[in-house]
Amino acid sequence: MFSLAFMRHAFVASTFIAIISGVIGVFVVARNMSFLTHTLSEIGFAGASFAVFMGWSPLNGMLLFTILSSVMVGQLSNQGSRREAVISATSALFIGLGILFLSLSSQMASSATSILFGSVVGISMHEERQLIILSLIVLLVTVAIYRRLKFSSFDPVGASAVGVSEMTISIIFLLLLAMSVSVAAQIVGSLLIFILLTLPAASAKYFTHSVFSMILLSTMFALLGTWLGLYLGYLTNCPVSFFTAVLEAAIYVGSLVYHHYQND
Amino acid sequence: MIIVGENGVGKTTLVNTLLGKLKPRSGDISMADRLRIGYVPQFRNLDIDYPLSVRNFVSLNLLHSWQPWLSKKERARVNRVLKQVDLESIADRPLGLASGGEKQRAYLAQALLNRPQLLILDESTASLDNEMKFELLDLVSRLQQNGLTVIFITHDLELAQHYGTRYLMMKSDGYESGPINELSVKEGSGDNV
Repeated sequence: MFSLAFMRHAFVASTFIAIISGVIGVFVVARNMSFLTHTLSEIGFAGASFAVFMGWSPLNGMLLFTILSSVMVGQLSNQGSRREAVISATSALFIGLGILFLSLSSQMASSATSILFGSVVGISMHEERQLIILSLIVLLVTVAIYRRLKFSSFDPVGASAVGVSEMTISIIFLLLLAMSVSVAAQIVGSLLIFILLTLPAASAKYFTHSVFSMILLSTMFALLGTWLGLYLGYLTNCPVSFFTAVLEAAIYVGSLVYHHYQND
Repeated sequence: MIIVGENGVGKTTLVNTLLGKLKPRSGDISMADRLRIGYVPQFRNLDIDYPLSVRNFVSLNLLHSWQPWLSKKERARVNRVLKQVDLESIADRPLGLASGGEKQRAYLAQALLNRPQLLILDESTASLDNEMKFELLDLVSRLQQNGLTVIFITHDLELAQHYGTRYLMMKSDGYESGPINELSVKEGSGDNV
């Protein structure tokens, strides 16, 4: 499998994607931001379609759209009572925009499929390098704000009581999330962003009781899903996203069953 | 010091002013320089699925280092605080599964982690049954005897009279204060204010 250059690129890219998804996912789950993450990936879809229309790389379009809108959407949906409405409106608007940009460009069907469902085996060396740099930035910033991010994600009331600025942490986290969504969408596509940014972390929290071990386990789950997905995709010629989705969902169901029996 | 008063009279607002989160509309607040304040807020929504262990929850309040992992010194400090609030035995169990009283002690431990000189407890006993209430306040009294200044906000006058030394009663049209033995339940107000 590794004798093929495109499989090597896919393997390296998916490894980095799985690592940042595993790390950022723990905070997405703790901050109850799964659906906001999904909205960001739909914004990313519009961005990628815009990029196709403009003749840029889809990743650049995704980054542009998600970074510009993440803070705005995050702040608008802060208030619980209007969160669902804001998320619905934003998703609708950006999916609409995405369809418009795709219809304006000449290569609608194939681009739409790879943006929506991912196309990790189509990743070029240049894109691979870009994914690695972005992943490293996300990881470094996460390490730099780790203690504050941990406090404000796992105990927002306590964090605010000791003066941790929720606003600052939340803005930095939204930017990290925007980058992670754009990166992760390269492998699982915009529609399936939950697979990597929510499921591994949501599964990990049932097995362990510290943030650090949750991050380790969630990263391992994400790596398992992407590596095995890639391998099975290579063997069968079916989409990698499909296998990754099934594996992550199976891990999640397994963790729920484990939790159920442990609590009995 | 016990702060009592009806709901909505501004007890939590007063605390937020003391913590510097709100600016007073009039008057001044004078406090010792670099006073370390530990604050246990009124509401926290930690459900049964809350994943962190008691130990990890308490350690969240260690913010004075950039290092992602805890140093040996920090771990020792967490252990000391857990011992102080009698939570050593359940330190590695998930906080979500702890009882209401244990949760309150974990919140207290988190606030104690930075060695406060002033501890503010905002309605910490409100959701506890009588036994747990007295257990928590016995613990707070012990801390007080060891030199910690405590401001305790409650609407439970019985507790106030049992544990306070001085009181501040906030009312919609002003306040009264004095030694706790002068605090009496006013006509028609029942046991609680």
